[in-house]
Amino acid sequence: MIEIKDLHKSYRMGSNSLHVLKGINFSAKAGELVAIMGSSGSGKSTLLNILGMLDGADSGEYVLDGVPIKDLTETKAAQYRNKFLGFIFQSFNLINYKSALENVALPLYYQKVGRKERQEKALNYLERVGLKEWATHLPSELSGGQKQRVAIARAMAAEPKVLLADEPTGALDSKTSYEVMDLIQKINDEGNTILVVTHEEDIAHMCKRIVHLKDGVIVEDKKVNQVRAEQYV
Amino acid sequence: MWLFDKDLWSEVFHTLGKNLFRTFLTMLGVIFAMIILILLLGSANGMSNGFDKVFAGTASNSLFVWGQSTSEPYKGFERGRRIRYKIEDADILKRQIPEIEILAPRIELGSHRETVSVYREGRTSGSSVYGDYPEIDNITKKKLVEGRFLNKTDIDESKKICVIGEETYKLLFDKGENAIGQDIRINGVFFTVVGIYKPNNNINIDGENAVFIPFTTFQKSFNTGDRMGWMAIAVEPNTKVPVVEKQIKEILKTKYDIHPDDKRAIGSFDMSEIFNNISSFTNVLKGFSFFVGIFTLLAGVIAISNILLITVKERTKEIGVRRALGATPKVVRRQIIVEAIVLTAFAGLIGFAISVGILAMLNAQWGSGEDFPFVNPMISIPQFGISFLLMVSLSVLIGLIPANKAVKVRPIEALREE
Repeated sequence: MIEIKDLHKSYRMGSNSLHVLKGINFSAKAGELVAIMGSSGSGKSTLLNILGMLDGADSGEYVLDGVPIKDLTETKAAQYRNKFLGFIFQSFNLINYKSALENVALPLYYQKVGRKERQEKALNYLERVGLKEWATHLPSELSGGQKQRVAIARAMAAEPKVLLADEPTGALDSKTSYEVMDLIQKINDEGNTILVVTHEEDIAHMCKRIVHLKDGVIVEDKKVNQVRAEQYV
Repeated sequence: MWLFDKDLWSEVFHTLGKNLFRTFLTMLGVIFAMIILILLLGSANGMSNGFDKVFAGTASNSLFVWGQSTSEPYKGFERGRRIRYKIEDADILKRQIPEIEILAPRIELGSHRETVSVYREGRTSGSSVYGDYPEIDNITKKKLVEGRFLNKTDIDESKKICVIGEETYKLLFDKGENAIGQDIRINGVFFTVVGIYKPNNNINIDGENAVFIPFTTFQKSFNTGDRMGWMAIAVEPNTKVPVVEKQIKEILKTKYDIHPDDKRAIGSFDMSEIFNNISSFTNVLKGFSFFVGIFTLLAGVIAISNILLITVKERTKEIGVRRALGATPKVVRRQIIVEAIVLTAFAGLIGFAISVGILAMLNAQWGSGEDFPFVNPMISIPQFGISFLLMVSLSVLIGLIPANKAVKVRPIEALREE
């Protein structure tokens, strides 16, 4: 599903440049649930940005579901993001003046799905994250966990190939964190490929595979026995 | 076609509707600009209409010609010779200059602007007394309160009748007294009143204290023979008055042995000049109003652009999220521009409604044009169309600034966690 070969990325900081990714080789098959760990400055966010086509790599290959991701125009990148990727952010990033339903329907709007079908699909996904009754509520009327569940529904609404979660539990208490992880595990059970960036050990162990980043290189890549979040809920 | 994309519109109205207060503040500039533009244009139109009303009834394409004294000696004549026209001149001019549409000869009792005593049952009025042809009515229209004006039969039969001004009526008759059919006496000759005219706020060359008698009757009654005092001439619509004026003078100068360079011997007054002056004045006024209004509008639209620019900054995160979710730059740009258009158009319509209301009030208050030339102040549909079109195209152009700013928002920067 994801194929990365010798990925390099550096940022210019005035006169000197900062080499953030120093040759990353990584691949993930369909249906995997991978945790990307690392301390701040390890390059994990940069990697996620490149995976999410929010940023381009300096060199190296990135193939997503057989499609080489290279030299994308802004328009092309937007279309690929819409088609291939679902984003889950630490701070949810829901649009605060849109109801839960409208937020979930937004990626479908950009896919030019008809209004009626959009509403139906969005409601369906809200139901799957258990928030059907909250469809008409604004984000400000939802708890943190509910917001993240809406965000997950939104990420899934466009039926992407890969879900990218950037510290999805970073802003939540541990109980809600486990609820969200439980949801992510269930979505993964259905065969969706999910990448989770986290620095929390317990969250990482709820994935099936942990990739450790340090100073721009992968120092460890291991399969783990998944801890089900269900038991903590 | 994106214009009919219901989702785009609901998206735009949603965004604007969720921030009603900000939306309203944004629109304020354009609302005021539109009010100023429409008020200025409407007032200019009102003045233009007012002047039109003042001149209503006077043929704009007309001139008056009378005789004065020569200022140059010529062909053995000394200077200072009085030029007196003959009635035959009217036919000569009409024959030689086909551009003349109407030529109304006139003769006046006494010298110009001199009044004559008119008597009736012991009362006297000092009035101007004119011998006229009915055609004069086509050049300076008389508004009749009662009776009729002179007609062809009066001329043919030299009827001893007259039409008097309201002022004259007041001097000779009691209030409410029926004047039609009554006799008045001028220089010992009796004339029956057939009509009374009233001042109509217009330019009134003859004044309101005047008595009009058929030209032929005048000749016989006062024994003026073939003399003619002056001529009121209307030229054909597409002819320039000064051109005809020059031709007339040349013919008259030859006929009366006047020095070709004598500027004083023939008096004339070109009405069209006044009309042209006034219409160019009102046109300048209209142009100026438009100019001022458009720049005010530009300022208003720039204000919208400015607020949208701030909005874009405020919405950086939102735009970033939208981009991450698959909004292409085109979609983002289009939304901001449509927001600009909707704001401007909406504000423009509100301003339009308010200013039309104000104009209607002004019209009700002063629109009769009695005190000063101000009639029916309103803007025309083309004027409104042009202003509106201009405003919307401005908003598209100006909307490009915040739109491009929004497109430059890189999702990665927008989404960076604080």
